[in-house]
Amino acid sequence: SSVVSQSDSCCFFSGCSRRPTSPSNTILKCDLHRLEEGPPLKAELTRDQGLQYYRTMQTVRRMELKADQLYKQKIIRGFCHLYDGQEACAAGIEASINPTDHLITAYRAHGYTYTRGVSIKEILAELTGRKGGVAKGKGGSMHMYAPHFYGGNGIVGAQVPLGAGIALACQYQGNNQLCVTLYGDGAANQGQLFESFNMAALWKLPCIFICENNKYGMGTSVERASASIDYYKRGDFIPGIRVDGMDVLCVREATKFAADHCRSGKGPIVMELQTYRYHGHSMSDPGVSYRTREEIQEVRTKSDPISMLKERMLSNNMASVEEFKEIDVDIRKQVEEAAQFATSDPEPPLEDLCNHIFYNNPPLEVRGTNPWSKLKSVS
Amino acid sequence: SPLFHKFLKEALNKVPKDKCVTVRDALNQAMDEELERDERVFLLGEEVAQYDGAYKVSRGLWKKYGDKRIIDTPISEMGFAGIAVGAAMAGLRPICEFMTFNFSMQAIDQVINSAAKTCYMSAGLQAVPIVFRGPNGASAGVAAQHSQCFAAWYAHCPGLKVVSPWNSEDAKGLLKSSIRDDNPVVFLENELLYGVPFEMSEEAQSKDFTIPIGKAKVERAGSHITLVSHSRYVGHCLDAAAVLAKEGIECEVINLRTIRPMDVESIEASVMKTNHLVTVEGGWPQFGVGAEICARIMEGSAFNYLDSPVTRVTGVDIPMPYAKILEDHSLPQIKDIIFSVKKTLNV
Repeated sequence: SSVVSQSDSCCFFSGCSRRPTSPSNTILKCDLHRLEEGPPLKAELTRDQGLQYYRTMQTVRRMELKADQLYKQKIIRGFCHLYDGQEACAAGIEASINPTDHLITAYRAHGYTYTRGVSIKEILAELTGRKGGVAKGKGGSMHMYAPHFYGGNGIVGAQVPLGAGIALACQYQGNNQLCVTLYGDGAANQGQLFESFNMAALWKLPCIFICENNKYGMGTSVERASASIDYYKRGDFIPGIRVDGMDVLCVREATKFAADHCRSGKGPIVMELQTYRYHGHSMSDPGVSYRTREEIQEVRTKSDPISMLKERMLSNNMASVEEFKEIDVDIRKQVEEAAQFATSDPEPPLEDLCNHIFYNNPPLEVRGTNPWSKLKSVS
Repeated sequence: SPLFHKFLKEALNKVPKDKCVTVRDALNQAMDEELERDERVFLLGEEVAQYDGAYKVSRGLWKKYGDKRIIDTPISEMGFAGIAVGAAMAGLRPICEFMTFNFSMQAIDQVINSAAKTCYMSAGLQAVPIVFRGPNGASAGVAAQHSQCFAAWYAHCPGLKVVSPWNSEDAKGLLKSSIRDDNPVVFLENELLYGVPFEMSEEAQSKDFTIPIGKAKVERAGSHITLVSHSRYVGHCLDAAAVLAKEGIECEVINLRTIRPMDVESIEASVMKTNHLVTVEGGWPQFGVGAEICARIMEGSAFNYLDSPVTRVTGVDIPMPYAKILEDHSLPQIKDIIFSVKKTLNV
């Protein structure tokens, strides 16, 4: 059977080896910390699953590229942190948890906003600041929400204690749900993470702490930021797994393993997903002053998560080139329609300016820019 | 039996209908009643459980409700405040205690950016029903790092409600309302008031007694000058008013009860009657509660009724010193209030 990518392309992501061999057997191996056993070395991939993961990842990819375009046209403004390259993380995680589980991440959140159920239309319209956006244009790129999805958080690291708190609520309510709490290699050095690790371990909170290590915190490479770049070990007394974050099956199996760990009452677990972002830190960063174009290109050609899944399915005769083309065409159409909506939908009405300060609250008066400007706020 | 004695006493009318309850016990009652009423309510913070609370405010609650509802945390303010906010987002109703509000500075990002702003940023999709409570402002002899008043800092921020009770009725009624509110509330207590007993009416002793957030109370009616204050200094104002009354100066004393949203209408109504206003607070003068009151009065209908500019009585603009004589002179004393009233009235 044909091999999707050579194992030495995996050297870029140290500590993980992967050798796909047969249609439904894929050998995955993760580095383990304080664990006797890790995720299974074989993963089943059905045709339906494969096509679904492909569709999810391709949708996120095209949505992010559309956002790039809209930003350059100045239709999206402010902060815009794109997720292209990291799709396997969001897709793999969502494939392994239930819709009733909970998820929280930082500001590189568009991919998760989609996988957690918000439409492309509502995401793009939020980016363009229109009333049809998921937060009615009040939040923007970093503040999108959905049931069991808590954003979208702008303060690096703050989402981690929040995630531990959501896990506490799951434990308190005894609903067998868990919380996936994501952060980056940059946030991994925030003190509040270690406070969260301590309490989560003490109280055995059902929290999966996941570090999306894309090798750069803004313009600072991991070697320049962290005394230890073994992010899966940084939970110290919390078991950890290091995972190839470019392989959606790796991510799925590892997250399933982690979820079982949490649900069995063993407490929290840390995962490190080794991944890569093609764009710079944000749209104002070309992303080449602190890394080489060659590096970016190498990842694109050898480790692109969407290409790898497609190649795997093609080489195992699970789908045809035409089928993938059809999916691509359909996704392009959907993204285009969503972009149309996002550019034509009106901005929120000025009457909405002061609304939603409070929840379930009687209307109140809000001071405008001057004493004669008395504005109204409703919940 | 105890029950028989109770009936006997009542029959002999020996038990007063109103009784004295300390602020500490009033807060304890409020939390106890709300914990019982709604199983989503829980308390977390340092020493709240097995120690019975650093200032014994949560005494007896851990024994009654156990580990699940009364949670001792490690010394990790940013972490446990964030955990509390996350729990509130996911459907619980946490009471997050800061041992003092000085320590809330460690966690202030979670209070402001994660709690206060979220309902707005999410256009109402995500509520954060949380209460942050603990002692605020000066204590006695605890020096600069443990004596700051945070009323102005928190009251600056949209998305928060900021409450500052004075007496036991305030404490109980406002804490119950705060816990029942679906929004983030910063509840500023005062350590020096914890042990002070106040009369509590029978009504106030009921399990459904609440005081609305955002409404001030006129504690004493008067016609010559309005004194506006919050927390401990309401008591100072009443003491000053008693002294001034002997000289024929009748002060109207307003207890703000809530800093944000501030009940400016009550202040304005009073000023339109008395034509003079003095604000009294323990916090520093610059950008403080009194400064806000001055600005609001100037912008509103009561300005034209003022016969003299508003006077602010505040803490001295210094970090809190330790030596008793210095500490005493760092905070408003009753004589400072009396002096300021007379200056404002030009008598």
